[in-house]
Amino acid sequence: MSLDVSLRATLPDFRLDLAFETSATGITALFGPSGAGKSLTLRHLAGLERAEAGHVRLGSRTLFDASAGLFTRPRDRRIGLVFQEYALFPHLDVRANVAFGLHDRPRDARYRRVDELLSLMDLEGYGGRNPRSLSGGERQRVAIARALAPEPELLLLDEPFAALDFRVRGDLRRALGEIQRHTSVPMILVTHALDDVRALADTLVLMDQGRVVTTGPTVSVLEDPPSADAAALVGSALRAT
Amino acid sequence: MSPLALSFWVALNATVLATVVGLPLAWLLARKSIPGRDVLAVLVLLPMVLPPTVLGYGLLLVLGQGGVVGGWAESLGLGRIVFSRTGAIIAAFVASAPFMIRAAQAGFEQVDPAYEEAARTLGRGEIAIWLTVTLPLAWRAVLAGLALTFARAVGEFGATVMVAGSIPGRTRTASLAIYDHVQAGRMDEAGMLALVLTGAAGLALLVLTRVGRGPGW
Repeated sequence: MSLDVSLRATLPDFRLDLAFETSATGITALFGPSGAGKSLTLRHLAGLERAEAGHVRLGSRTLFDASAGLFTRPRDRRIGLVFQEYALFPHLDVRANVAFGLHDRPRDARYRRVDELLSLMDLEGYGGRNPRSLSGGERQRVAIARALAPEPELLLLDEPFAALDFRVRGDLRRALGEIQRHTSVPMILVTHALDDVRALADTLVLMDQGRVVTTGPTVSVLEDPPSADAAALVGSALRAT
Repeated sequence: MSPLALSFWVALNATVLATVVGLPLAWLLARKSIPGRDVLAVLVLLPMVLPPTVLGYGLLLVLGQGGVVGGWAESLGLGRIVFSRTGAIIAAFVASAPFMIRAAQAGFEQVDPAYEEAARTLGRGEIAIWLTVTLPLAWRAVLAGLALTFARAVGEFGATVMVAGSIPGRTRTASLAIYDHVQAGRMDEAGMLALVLTGAAGLALLVLTRVGRGPGW
């Protein structure tokens, strides 16, 4: 499934002006220094922001087209989003959090789907727990389960490892890769850590200051940056790790 | 109806009205950048700071026979609003609704918008999100608003006496009856009513304090 994005949005102190196209299979990373506009781009894909100009096309569906005045609401996009701080509903237990997006399914189907996800995410026995009683890694798994529950066509993850202890990062990276292979839901993740990109991303969208510098297979962008700008960004990211 | 029963009946109706009208308004003020938002915020809070007689005078203009609402109600055959129980309820509603709106607005502002956004990406509609996410997360503030609104409505005096008068059995609520008793030198009767009102208000505040101390979300 292809993802074709073009966005122009002016904020009081920031300007987003970018375009990229990816096959959106496997895992795509939006990578760049902080202030590159990565999370903002993710919000545009989810439909939580509306750009002044541009378009978002996912497969055969046009989700946004400014010139045609077309804008699909987030609830109709079938795109899951895992928030940076997870945004798990604190007044609902784990089971109700995961079931939240399944409101239009019959009760039996809803229960089955929740059980399936809790088992996939290694969360059996956690159904009755309150999200606040969970560790960071457990919360992240609940957030992914909740976003996957309504079977989205695309899953977005905003800095999925930023809030976590470095010791559990490796485990969770591996887990995310396995989930992707198991569900085959295409994922786009935002990160400023080169380790995440190397370990997970098939495709890399390199961003800086609201622009896309280059897009391509991760290995080739990292090893053979196609432009001086790209080389400088990769170089400074390498030095930072 | 006895003055006490009337007070509680009027306050109950006013509180229900303040909740139905106030919660959506509070949410609008907390979440949406609508044109004229500041003007709306001022209008909504004005009854809190106006002298009750000014409020009563304004309500008389609107609800009286020559007023917009009063004339309209009579042309529909709904009868007179001023000097009726409906008038007393409206006076109590206008005087007490700002307490609900203020408390609920503060409560809604405390709810992280990320929760509502997460619910949107999970396919929920706006009304469902409001009922299942926003309201449950702001319930403490809403409950505080309910208690304050009810207490204020029970104690309403100035606007009520101007709009609804003090007709025994119809519009004479407990706070009006206390005044009449004192005027007539019946201090014992006034004292009894005063005691009950003080007790009820104290109880409401106690419940509020307890609720406020519980675990927050």
